[in-house]
Amino acid sequence: MEGIAGRKPALIWAVHLSVVLLVVLWTLPTFGLLVSSFRDKDQLSVSGWWTSLTSTERNLVVRAPAPDDKGAQRQEGAFHVITGNVFDGGGAGAVSAFGVSSQDPSAFAVGETAVLKDGERVSVTETGDFRIEADQPMTGKRGQRLFVTVLEPPLFTLDNYRTVLLSEGIGRSFINTLTVTIPATIIPILIAAFAGYALAWMRFPGRTFLVAMVVGLIVVPLQMSLIPLLRLYTDIGIGKSYVGIWLAHTGFGLPLAIYLLRNYIKGLPKEIIESARVDGASDFEIFVKIVLPLSFPALASFAIFQFLWVWNDLLVATVFLGNNEEQLVMTGRLRELLGSRGGNWEILTASAFVSIAVPLAVFFALQRYLVRGLLAGSVK
Amino acid sequence: MSSVSLKEVGKSYGRVEVLRGINLEIETGELIVFVGPSGCGKSTLLRMIAGLETITAGDLSIDDERMNDVPPAQRGIAMVFQTYALYPHMSVRDNMAFGMKIAKKPKAEIEAAVSKAARILQLEPYLDRLPKALSGGQRQRVAIGRAIVRDPKVFLFDEPLSNLDAALRVATRIEIAHLKESMPDSTMIYVTHDQVEAMTLADRIVVLNGGNIEQVGAPLELYENPRNVFVAQFIGSPAMNLLDATVTATGTQTTVGRADGPAVVVPIASQASDQARPVRLGVRPEDLVLTEAEDALIEAEVDLVEALGETTVLYLKGANGGAGTIAKLPGIHPVKKGTRVRLKADPAKLHLFDEAGISFRHR
Amino acid sequence: MEQLLVALGSMALGVGACALYFWGSNRLLDLVFPARSAHAAANIRRANLIRPWLFLGPAVIILTVYLVYPVLNSIWLSLHGRTGEEFVGLDNYVWLFGDDGFRESIRNNLLWLVVVPAASTFFGLIAAALTDRIAWGNIAKSLIFMPMAISFIGASVIWKFIYDVRAADVEQIGLLNAIVVALGGAPQAWIALPFWNNFFLMVILIWIQTGFAMVILSAALRGIPEETVEAAVLDGANPLQIFLKIKVPQIWGTIAVVWTTITILVLKVFDIVLAMTNGQWGTQVLANFMFDWMFRGLDFGRAATIALVIMALVVPIMIWNIREAQKDA
Ligand SMILES: Nc1ncnc2c1ncn2[C@@H]1O[C@H](COP(=O)(O)OP(=O)(O)O)[C@@H](O)[C@H]1O
Ligand SMILES: [Mg+2]
Repeated sequence: MEGIAGRKPALIWAVHLSVVLLVVLWTLPTFGLLVSSFRDKDQLSVSGWWTSLTSTERNLVVRAPAPDDKGAQRQEGAFHVITGNVFDGGGAGAVSAFGVSSQDPSAFAVGETAVLKDGERVSVTETGDFRIEADQPMTGKRGQRLFVTVLEPPLFTLDNYRTVLLSEGIGRSFINTLTVTIPATIIPILIAAFAGYALAWMRFPGRTFLVAMVVGLIVVPLQMSLIPLLRLYTDIGIGKSYVGIWLAHTGFGLPLAIYLLRNYIKGLPKEIIESARVDGASDFEIFVKIVLPLSFPALASFAIFQFLWVWNDLLVATVFLGNNEEQLVMTGRLRELLGSRGGNWEILTASAFVSIAVPLAVFFALQRYLVRGLLAGSVK
Repeated sequence: MSSVSLKEVGKSYGRVEVLRGINLEIETGELIVFVGPSGCGKSTLLRMIAGLETITAGDLSIDDERMNDVPPAQRGIAMVFQTYALYPHMSVRDNMAFGMKIAKKPKAEIEAAVSKAARILQLEPYLDRLPKALSGGQRQRVAIGRAIVRDPKVFLFDEPLSNLDAALRVATRIEIAHLKESMPDSTMIYVTHDQVEAMTLADRIVVLNGGNIEQVGAPLELYENPRNVFVAQFIGSPAMNLLDATVTATGTQTTVGRADGPAVVVPIASQASDQARPVRLGVRPEDLVLTEAEDALIEAEVDLVEALGETTVLYLKGANGGAGTIAKLPGIHPVKKGTRVRLKADPAKLHLFDEAGISFRHR
Repeated sequence: MEQLLVALGSMALGVGACALYFWGSNRLLDLVFPARSAHAAANIRRANLIRPWLFLGPAVIILTVYLVYPVLNSIWLSLHGRTGEEFVGLDNYVWLFGDDGFRESIRNNLLWLVVVPAASTFFGLIAAALTDRIAWGNIAKSLIFMPMAISFIGASVIWKFIYDVRAADVEQIGLLNAIVVALGGAPQAWIALPFWNNFFLMVILIWIQTGFAMVILSAALRGIPEETVEAAVLDGANPLQIFLKIKVPQIWGTIAVVWTTITILVLKVFDIVLAMTNGQWGTQVLANFMFDWMFRGLDFGRAATIALVIMALVVPIMIWNIREAQKDA
């Protein structure tokens, strides 16, 4: 198609634009999550992530030092003065307006002076310095309340990740997920590769039936298995353990694994396997020394599938693992956080990103194999 | 001593019989070629000798030991496949050493065998390459090297040259011939559908057709004295012409009369019972020569001329079962399409076949 | 640190045990029937009778325990009461077909079954067709394909953030409401909006599955013989006609495969509903409904009955799959 003469440039632009639109639609949600997870938690809760590069207007309420506190008041000439900065308690930005009562929190512009009922004069500068001035010494146990409107610069921070990894248990869940995922990826591959070889190249009665059975089992919904297996596990005392979930994931992943690997192994040149047989290799040796190395692409693509599937699984983990610190996996933790911290977006976004970071990295690094596996599995 | 012996060997896939009643004695040190059209069962027979297919009838012995149930590795054979079947993930060296490693031979012995084979096949510079970094001819040499390393009693080749281009095919063929000379004690069985390979390489040729052996013999014996119509037409190119005729006189010589030509006296014996029997008179295109004589064997109109320089091939209308007679004349002849030509042949080079297709010489 | 070591240890143990089985059992077989002895031929024949089952053994056992037995056991359970003890005949089925939650789930599942495969395939086809025509198509594909790597629960967090709603008088931090407000509308609690909320949940699965459809359809499109397209160009067809009349008809088979694959997935979808609404506001689906009866209702009989309904829905696809596979073999 590249070389066909007379293609319309307008059409090509339309194609480019449509693809840009699609890509934006498909990446924006994740991008928003990523940006949000790095934002200051106070900003995150008051403004959309798309405004994160512009300053945020925020209303602060600060209390000046109480006049009765030691050292709070100074005498400057004829006046008694209390000074300070509205950002003493944290934060930064430019003050645009201030007020002295909650009725009208932005009554005065910076530079103006507000006169209180008792004659005290209050002024706030743009940098947040305030000054309360009175002719007599001021009294009172509580300091004057100041309402300021602040234009905050964008704040990005790693605090959310720090919180999530250290105190919300995501770090622990990360290890738990890893403990589930790695054996639950390798064991089915090993078992499926041996079975795939047997179904492809060994002769024995019942082979056709087994192949049909494997194909049929690919679509069995795993919901089906939950209750019987849960009862079985309780009966034989496996209970909620890692071994239990490894085997469960192995069982659920096995039909597709066997099917994919058998098809691949069957596609290897017959002569190579016969040649090894003439060379005196047994089936085990042929499998280990010839078939396994040659099947690497298929093994890799299934490994990625299974890895993503197990890492991202919630259902099987909820059913076969406990809800305790030692066993809660990341998806389970995320679900818990959605329930208990539903409004705390700084926690949710960071946790979600921690949980999707590994699969995303695997995805981008090994996409080639993933695509190959998908194609082997579904295009005839 | 007979190296490989087949007795009443047959093969069926379920109810489909692809080989039947194969009897063959192959001598030690012989290079025997199985030749025949595609699908006739050559590969199947070879793979049965190798142990890659089960033998469903008869007996196979190698060095007088019954081999029907012996696994391939223990038969003392090595096989070279058409597609080379090199292990793509192993270097040339590892490919050649694989069999000995499986057999747990000592390292030094493996090393010695591999370098010897590499030397014979001039593969030394490539020992550490992967097969994908080799040309087709080199790959085929590695496959042969792998067989040599196994030091087998019998080499089996299944169309080893079919995947090579024409020039390489000739070169590798010559190389195999040299290889055979350098290993006079090895028996080789070579499968091909190409008669040139068969004629040039073989000590003896086995012509297979439809699951049967048609004839076994030295290359020129098959050429000069084919047992039947199939062999006669399969060996030689273009194929032998067959002219319809009827026996008119019998004895030590046979006279046949023809509808489209004069009677011919052929120096082949026949019996009285052959009198009036319909036969086919065979004459090879290269045995025909132009003549002016009135009683020429063939007189016909030229349909097509192929002037190749070295030879001139004439396609004549009629005769030869209606397909048209072919004549292959040495050198250049200024014959035009549409002219009538007369051709004769040395009677000693004629063949006679009965209705069943069997040659009179073989009855 | 210690956790990590324990984790590593148990991983090694699990994988090692599996590898040891294969190696050990084959070794044992070779010792029992040595291939280099007086009876080599007979030994090898006997070993070859046994070896396939050594290779297949674990697979067959695990498939039986984890998939075949559960199907049979579920049928048995569905005929029994909440703990699987007393026999109740068809009570569970009678209950199920009269239950409002079930009707709601079936209705929603049918909606999902119609909308999600159709939309994913449609967007996937468009994305495949468009990205194949441009130089940076592979990058675009990779980005559209990316959600595939994200867990349903992660995706739910992502989209919950998009659907977030705040009071009308403060700034919206959910993208959707921000757009609605910017266009002059009033913010909505999207996931609580009756009926339509189903579609907002479906969007998540469509978002995830479009990449899958795109990758496969793009391969199919590239597999179309170039000549047919060139012939159509010579016949004067415009790009849209070529796409609709020449290319799409040639990949119907693949479209069907994509469609059924997504259909199967839709039937099992559970995480998204659980995380977004937990079946409230009229969004219940079968898989979550079953989960509810299993863990909150603690009624194994009813839960198994619901699982069987899901199973019944995939059986036609299963039969079709087996037929197709046998055609190939
Ligand atoms: N596994 C099989 N099942 C049934 N028929 C087969 C099988 N393998 C080969 N055949 C048939 O056996 C015949 C001989 O095949 P083959 O030995 O490969 O022929 P060739 O002489 O071309 O090498 C062919 O007709 C082929 O169709
Ligand atoms: Mg052949």
